[in-house]
Amino acid sequence: MAFPHRPDAPELPDFSMLKRLARDQLIYLLEQLPGKKDLFIEADLMSPLDRIANVSILKQHEVDKLYKVENKPAFSSSEQLCFLVRPRIKNMRYIANLVNADKMAGRTRKYKVIFSPQKFYACEMVLEEEGIYGDVSCDEWAFSLLPLDVDLLSMELPEFFRDYFLEGDQCWINTVAQALHLLSTLYGPFPNCYGIGRCAKMSHELWRKLEEEEDGETKGRRPEIGHVFLLDRDVDFVTALCSQVVYEGLVDDTFRVKCGSVDFGPEVTSSDKSLKVLLNAEDKVFNEIRNEHFSNVFGFLSQKARNLQAQYDRRRGMDIKQMKNFVSQELKGLKQEHRLLSLHIGACESIMKKKTKQDFQELIKTEHALLEGFSIRESTNYIEEHIDRQVSPIESLRLMCLLSITENGLIPKDYRSLKTQYLQSYGPEHLLTFSNLRRAGLLTEQAPGDTLTAVESKVSKLVTDKAAGKITDAFSSLAKRSNFRAISKKLNLIPRVDGEYDLKVPRDMAYVFSGAYVPLSCRIIEQVLERQSWQGLDEVVRLLNCSELAFTDMTKEDKASSESLRLILVVFLGGCTFSEISALRFLGREKGDTGSSPGLGRSHMPRSN
Amino acid sequence: MNRTKGDEEEYWNSSKFKAFTFDDDDDELSQLKESKRAVNSLRDFVDDDDDDDLERVSWSGEPVGSISWSIKETASNSGSNHEREQLKNRNSFSSYAQLPKPASTYSLSSFFRGRTRPGSFQSLSDALSDTPAKSYAPELGRPKGEYRDYSNDWSPSDTVRRLRKGKVCSLERFRSLQDKLQLLEEAVSMHDGNVITAVLIFLKRTLSKEILFRELEVRQVALRHLIHFLKEIGDQKLLLDLFRFLDRTEELALTHYREHLNIQDPEKRKEFLKTCIGLPFSAEDSAHIQDHYTLLERQIIIEANDRHLESAGQTEIFRKHPRKASILNMPLVTTLFYSCFYHYTEAEGTFSSPVNLKKTFKNWLGYTKKRAPIGFHRVVEILHKNSAPVQILQEYVNLVEDVDTKLNLATRFKCHDVVIDTCRDLKDRQQLLAYRSKVDKGSAEEEKIDAILNSSQIRWKN
Repeated sequence: MAFPHRPDAPELPDFSMLKRLARDQLIYLLEQLPGKKDLFIEADLMSPLDRIANVSILKQHEVDKLYKVENKPAFSSSEQLCFLVRPRIKNMRYIANLVNADKMAGRTRKYKVIFSPQKFYACEMVLEEEGIYGDVSCDEWAFSLLPLDVDLLSMELPEFFRDYFLEGDQCWINTVAQALHLLSTLYGPFPNCYGIGRCAKMSHELWRKLEEEEDGETKGRRPEIGHVFLLDRDVDFVTALCSQVVYEGLVDDTFRVKCGSVDFGPEVTSSDKSLKVLLNAEDKVFNEIRNEHFSNVFGFLSQKARNLQAQYDRRRGMDIKQMKNFVSQELKGLKQEHRLLSLHIGACESIMKKKTKQDFQELIKTEHALLEGFSIRESTNYIEEHIDRQVSPIESLRLMCLLSITENGLIPKDYRSLKTQYLQSYGPEHLLTFSNLRRAGLLTEQAPGDTLTAVESKVSKLVTDKAAGKITDAFSSLAKRSNFRAISKKLNLIPRVDGEYDLKVPRDMAYVFSGAYVPLSCRIIEQVLERQSWQGLDEVVRLLNCSELAFTDMTKEDKASSESLRLILVVFLGGCTFSEISALRFLGREKGDTGSSPGLGRSHMPRSN
Repeated sequence: MNRTKGDEEEYWNSSKFKAFTFDDDDDELSQLKESKRAVNSLRDFVDDDDDDDLERVSWSGEPVGSISWSIKETASNSGSNHEREQLKNRNSFSSYAQLPKPASTYSLSSFFRGRTRPGSFQSLSDALSDTPAKSYAPELGRPKGEYRDYSNDWSPSDTVRRLRKGKVCSLERFRSLQDKLQLLEEAVSMHDGNVITAVLIFLKRTLSKEILFRELEVRQVALRHLIHFLKEIGDQKLLLDLFRFLDRTEELALTHYREHLNIQDPEKRKEFLKTCIGLPFSAEDSAHIQDHYTLLERQIIIEANDRHLESAGQTEIFRKHPRKASILNMPLVTTLFYSCFYHYTEAEGTFSSPVNLKKTFKNWLGYTKKRAPIGFHRVVEILHKNSAPVQILQEYVNLVEDVDTKLNLATRFKCHDVVIDTCRDLKDRQQLLAYRSKVDKGSAEEEKIDAILNSSQIRWKN
């Protein structure tokens, strides 16, 4: 509402093509197993699958019954079983148990495993070990990008974050490279590429390799996307750790937006039923409030309600003909608007109730204090109280991580005390959680700098020069200081505001955090795109511990039209938040570009298991 | 960026962050309520028979015809013909009621009747010919097994490239250590984790573990892949050997400890935790592990005792407030709460008494610093959260010392009397006037305000 769409905004590519492609591939794979078959689907794949195919399409290709892959025996009487799974070891074990049970019972059936988005060798190894290699045929469904909205793509890989940023497993880098390759095949070459972070750099290198190997496919095509920006999630953990206050972000924090849709419970729908609602640009009411600060949403909704009332009221005093027109032309639209309006009003009410209950205002105050770097003692006390009152295990962790990253780690005394209280409040097994968070660099203890260097040099002596660099890399994740204060100062992340920050007419991206903080990730993107390079940002890059991990890759030959050059694709490796998406949309409107921002892998907090 | 105290106060008092608050802004909520009323009042007029705009949803909340919904139906319909018949009827009924949705070509009932309307779905070949990436699907669709390759002469880089493409490729010719390592380095340089793991699987099979560990110690990227792989396939023994070799004692201990999560039986879990006590944790974690063991040991005793008491039905507290869940594996704070609730009066000698718990975990609880009572503002919030009656709330709000906080809480929780009295005590006529508009018309509160406003006894400050 605050931003009329600029008339000169570039047109977005037709991402629905990705859906059609994925559906056609799936159909092709199903047809590879002719005849009736039962389909076993992994839980994580069900929602994405729902977005591109429905039961009738599956039935049409002779899928008889559907089962969920879970830790329960399934009794299927079909002669052919098809499994649609992520390439995970536990799925292989499940399949092996099923096949081996059949073998014991002297039963022969046909089995097919479809891996999405690709097959891993470790999975084949398990099939071999379990003695069913050869009994099962394997295929790949290269479904790596799901369009969630006109300007949003997702890989729907929640395990991305854990696998890469915690375990250091690079198994999804090829998936990212393949996804980029697919995009450049469909929408033309990318004239300008930027990136920051190790994962970004490796993905970019592997993608270039793919392009070289299969060259010719994109040559001579007119680019539709002018700039691609790859960003590792660990470059900016801070933004992902802040409470969200734009509407879509709040809906996510409160109800969990999964795969572009949300389950509104009876408290929202004001009936006895839950409702699964798609949240995208097609919902006209949602589309107008999704990027707004929550404080603007009430006013907007009540205005809408009044308008709607007025439009319904018009029917009084209509003659028959006018009434006929009204019913045939306007009523349907009004009804739909009415329904959407009451849903979002219900959602707002529910959000308000929850937030009031948990003292959201205090929480936000604490977060802002941490971002600005004062009242650290008070904030620590607040976190302590939060833990002791068992408010929420995840929120407590989030606050601790925010404290750690903004302060370059907790001072040892606080670390020990908060950890002890956390274990008392939420359970001793969270010892493992703390170990994971420390490894991921999310929650650390300030250490005297020299201890690490000592270990490092000791180990370095043992190895050759070439390997020494790698060792240092491995240690750097532990020794890495977040330097948030210095970065914040350099990039002006805390706007100085005289008087009141007008959230209705935002002046910068800080509005997504009530005017208190410009998301670091989005600021980096803005700065680089402005310069079309990393020039002048050396100090920032150094502070981000990315000295050798920031890159630019421009192809001079293609003189792309200025129109397409304004389209930007931002790739968050390890997930992004709705606040960041809103901030980028704001940036796009300000500059007249459209930022389309796939959240590659959704952000998930590492947990113990 | 240290600020002085003055700065801070200025910060909190500045208008910048008052732009919007979640708790005490009645106006916004009432605005919302008003909108809701308006919208609801329209319901009679529009209330409807057609659900065409939103997805039809089953009782469990899944959209009918969605894949998740269908799977649930399969589960509830395991094999019984009678049930299936019912399901069929139900489905055809619901699809009858359902108006055609633009997005789907088929109604749900159609797949129970078998294939119908074959012409309406775009055939695969049609669909493929109009997408620009027509070469894509067949290429990816072909089973990768067909690429089986019998050549033995691939160089490390060729081999890695073929592995990257998902082709089956024999690694057996890489027999010398040098060849193996070259292959590994080539895989690492390509960044593809799947290929790195494939090579590691081969190395693990063809090298002794000492040699494998030694070589990986100086190849950190590969090492991390091996560790993750061992975790995933659950090769706990080799993983522990690896950590031992690398001298990563803490990870060794944690990896062993993690196993307890897979043990459901409380006795066995307790025994397992006992084996963790001597492991090389940090001093701090050692104490946590010891306490974990002690806690579970204690919970097992309390649980057995209380389950008995509860089923005997002789103890009043268990009759009045039956336990909602077992106390096993609960955190210490919850356990303490439980013991205060069910065993408050017990003597120190009993294992379940709060005093005994406190003594047992003195070390543990000793870490926390002494603090003042939580403050009445917290008490009020807790009371509110648990829907305490207004009289009780008022009583406690009145105990809050700081006047601003008190007024704030009273306004938020609608303790009218407290707000009115406080305004009167502050002699703040303006605020009282403003509050008058927030209470219901003709209510006792309004009368009370009017009485105060009209009183000649009070010297208003404004």
